[in-house]
Amino acid sequence: MDITLPILILALPFTMFLILGIGGVKMSRKLAGVLGICGNGALLAMAYTVAFTYFFSGNPEFIADGIRQQVQLFDVTWLAFTERMVVNIGFLLDPISAMMLIVITTISFMVHLYSWGYMEHEPGFQRYYAFLSLFTFSMLGLVVATNIFQMYIFWELVGVSSYLLIGFFYKLPSAVSASKKAFIVTRFADLFMLIGILVLSYFVAQTPADGPLGGASAFNFLMLNSESSNVLASTIGATFLGGSVLTWAMILIFVGGMGKSAMMPLHIWLPDAMEGPTPVSALIHAATMVVAGVYLVARFFPLYLIVPDSLTFITVVGAITAFYAAVVACCQIDIKRILAFSTISQIAFMMVSLGVARPELHDGLGYMASMFHLFTHAMFKALLFLGAGALIHAVHSNNYTEMGGMRKYMPITHWTFLIGCLAIAGIFPLSGFWSKDEMLSAMYANNWIWGAWMTMVAGLTAFYMFRMYFRVFWWEENPHYKEHRPHDAPWQMSLPLIFLAIVSIFSGFIPFGEFVTWNREPYHIHIEMQVAVTSIVVALIAIAFAGWLYLKKNDKPARMKAALPGLWTAANRRFYWDEIYMFVTHKIIFNGICKAIAWFDRHIIDGTMDALAAMTQFFSVRIKGMQNGSVQTYVLWYFFGAVLLAVITWICLL
Amino acid sequence: MDLSMLWYLVPSVIMFAAGVYGFVTRKNMIALLISLELMLNSADLNFVVFNRFLFPGSMEGMVFTLFAIAIAAAETAIAIAIIVNIYRAVGNTDINSVKKMKY
Repeated sequence: MDITLPILILALPFTMFLILGIGGVKMSRKLAGVLGICGNGALLAMAYTVAFTYFFSGNPEFIADGIRQQVQLFDVTWLAFTERMVVNIGFLLDPISAMMLIVITTISFMVHLYSWGYMEHEPGFQRYYAFLSLFTFSMLGLVVATNIFQMYIFWELVGVSSYLLIGFFYKLPSAVSASKKAFIVTRFADLFMLIGILVLSYFVAQTPADGPLGGASAFNFLMLNSESSNVLASTIGATFLGGSVLTWAMILIFVGGMGKSAMMPLHIWLPDAMEGPTPVSALIHAATMVVAGVYLVARFFPLYLIVPDSLTFITVVGAITAFYAAVVACCQIDIKRILAFSTISQIAFMMVSLGVARPELHDGLGYMASMFHLFTHAMFKALLFLGAGALIHAVHSNNYTEMGGMRKYMPITHWTFLIGCLAIAGIFPLSGFWSKDEMLSAMYANNWIWGAWMTMVAGLTAFYMFRMYFRVFWWEENPHYKEHRPHDAPWQMSLPLIFLAIVSIFSGFIPFGEFVTWNREPYHIHIEMQVAVTSIVVALIAIAFAGWLYLKKNDKPARMKAALPGLWTAANRRFYWDEIYMFVTHKIIFNGICKAIAWFDRHIIDGTMDALAAMTQFFSVRIKGMQNGSVQTYVLWYFFGAVLLAVITWICLL
Repeated sequence: MDLSMLWYLVPSVIMFAAGVYGFVTRKNMIALLISLELMLNSADLNFVVFNRFLFPGSMEGMVFTLFAIAIAAAETAIAIAIIVNIYRAVGNTDINSVKKMKY
C-alpha cells in the first residue's frame, strides 16, 4: 500500500492542531469550527479508505491463506541511542489497529460535529477544537504504533490531551482539580508501565543481538509477538514472589492500562473527569482513550499467553471492577457520573473477556468478543454521552433530579437515548446483545464462575441504565419546565445522535469474527442459545424492576433507600475510594513520610547552612571594630602584616 | 667609578621607610600624599635598578616605571581633588577629621 495516506492520517490532525492552536485566536468561531470539522471529515475519509482497503481488498499483502497479515506500512528510525536502544516511528496495520482507526475517526467526527452546537457559546471555542485535533492525533498514533516506545509516547500524549480537555473550563476549581487528578493518577500508573517495559527490555537483552529482537526491532510488536513464544519464553527462569519475571513485567505493563482504562483501584480519576465538556467525555472518556488499556492488552496478547497467570490477574481485576462500578452506578444522581461508572464497568467487561481468552477455548473467542464489544460500546456509549449532553444542554444541570418526563419535550434525544440504553443492556437485536453474548460465552467457556458473575453485572447494567432512562424521561415532569421549556438540540447535535443510534442498532450484525481474531484467522460467530437467553432474561427482569421503581413518580425508591441507608450512602460515595486515597496521601504520605523529609530538609540541610551564616556573622560582629575609619591605622596593620609575611618567608628560606 | 646595585637600593629603602613613617605619623593630608609619593618613587627606583643590573637586555622595568609615573600623576590629581573637597566640607585637612568611613 502506498504510504501517502498513512502519513497523512497522522499528519493531518497534527497540522489541524497547529493551525487551530496557533491561529485560533485570530479566527472567528465559525471558521475554526468549519476547519475542524472539514479536517476531521477528510481524516475520516482517509482512515476509512485505509481500513476498508485492509479488510476488503483481498490484496495478498493484507490477507494470505485466509490469515490477515500484520503490515508495517512504514517504520522509520527516529532516535537511535545505542545499537539496541532505538525508537522507531511507524504505522502498523493489522485487524485491531484498522478497527480502531474506524472507531476513533467515526466518534471523533461525530463529536466535532456535535461540539459545534454544544460549545457554540463557550469562550475558547477555537482552543477546544485545537485540543480535539491533538487528541485525535495522539490516539491514532497510539493505535498504529509499531513498537512499545512509540506507543508509550502517544500514550502520554493522549494523557496530556485528556488533561487539557478535562480542564477546559479552567476557571472552575472543580475542573482544574479533576484534570490534575486525572493526569496524576494515570501518570502514576504509567510509571509501573515504564517499569514493566524496562523489565521486558531485560529479557530482550538476553536474546542474541543478531537475532529477531536485535537492532532496531528490539521492541517491535511484530517481533515481540511472533518470536516471543520461542525467544522470550526460553528466558523465563528467574522468579520473583511466586511469579516469573516475565509475568511481573506483563502485569506491570497492564497496570499502565489499568490507569488509562480506570480499573480499580486506579479508577478514581474517571468520574471526576466528567467535569470536562460532555462531547469530550463521549470521545475520550467513553469511546477511545479509556479503551487504550484494553487495546494494550490485545496488542500484547501473544506475550500474555506465554504467562497465563497475568491473564488471570487481568480477569480478577476486571471482574471486581465491573461489579463495583455497576453497583456505584446504581446510586449516582449525576447522569454523567452514572455513564462514567457504566463505562468503567463495560471496560472491565472487555478486560475480563480478554483475560479469559485462551486459544484452546472456542479458538480464543474472548479476544474477538472483547474487541467486538470495544467497537459496539464505543458507538452506543458515545451515543449515550452525547444524549446526556443534549439533556444537560436543555436543562442546564447534570442531576436527574432536575429532569423527569423529558420524552415529550425532546423526542429525538428520547428515542436515541432509549436505543443506547437497550444496546448497552444487551437486548436482541441491538449491537450490545451480540458483543455481550460473545463475551459471556467466552467467560462460561473458561469457568462458569466468571460467566455467572458477569451475567449478574450485565443485569446490573440493564438496571442502572434503565433507572436513569425512566427517571429522566418518565417519572414526573419537573415544574421548572413551565418557565424554561426544554427542547431538542440543533441539527449539529441531533445528527450525530441519529447516526450513532443507527450504528448502535445495526453494528451487531457485522460478522466481526471474520475481521478481528486473536490469530487473525476468520472465526464464525454463532449464538449460544443458553447464554443468550439467560442474559436477555436477566436484562429484561432488571429493566422491568427499574420500570417498576421509576416509571411513575412514587415513594418506592425513597423507601428502598431508607431501608438500606448505609449501603446507599456508601455506593453514592463510591465506597469511599476517594476518601481512602485522601487518607493515604494526606494522612500517611504527607503527614508521615513527607513531614519527616521536610523536617530533615528544614533542620539538617537548612540548619547546616544557617549555622555557617551564623558563625560568619558572630565573628564579623566581634572584629568589625578594627574598621575604625582611620586610614593610618589600616596602613599600620598592613605594614605589620607585610613585615610578618616577610619574616615568615625569610624563616622558611633559611 | 663603578657603582654597584647597593648604591641605588639603600637610598630606595631610606625613601620607602621615610614614606611609611610619614604616612603613619603626619596628620596633614597633603603630607600624607607626599609620603605616598615617596614610597611610590622608591618602588619605581627599584624597578629601574633591577632592570638595569639584572636584565640589561630587556626594557620591561623601564617601561613599567614610565607607566607607573604617568598613573601616579593622574592619581595625585585625583587625591588633591578629594583633599580640596574635604577641605571645603570640614574646613581643614586633618586626617583625623574624616573618620566616618567605617563599619
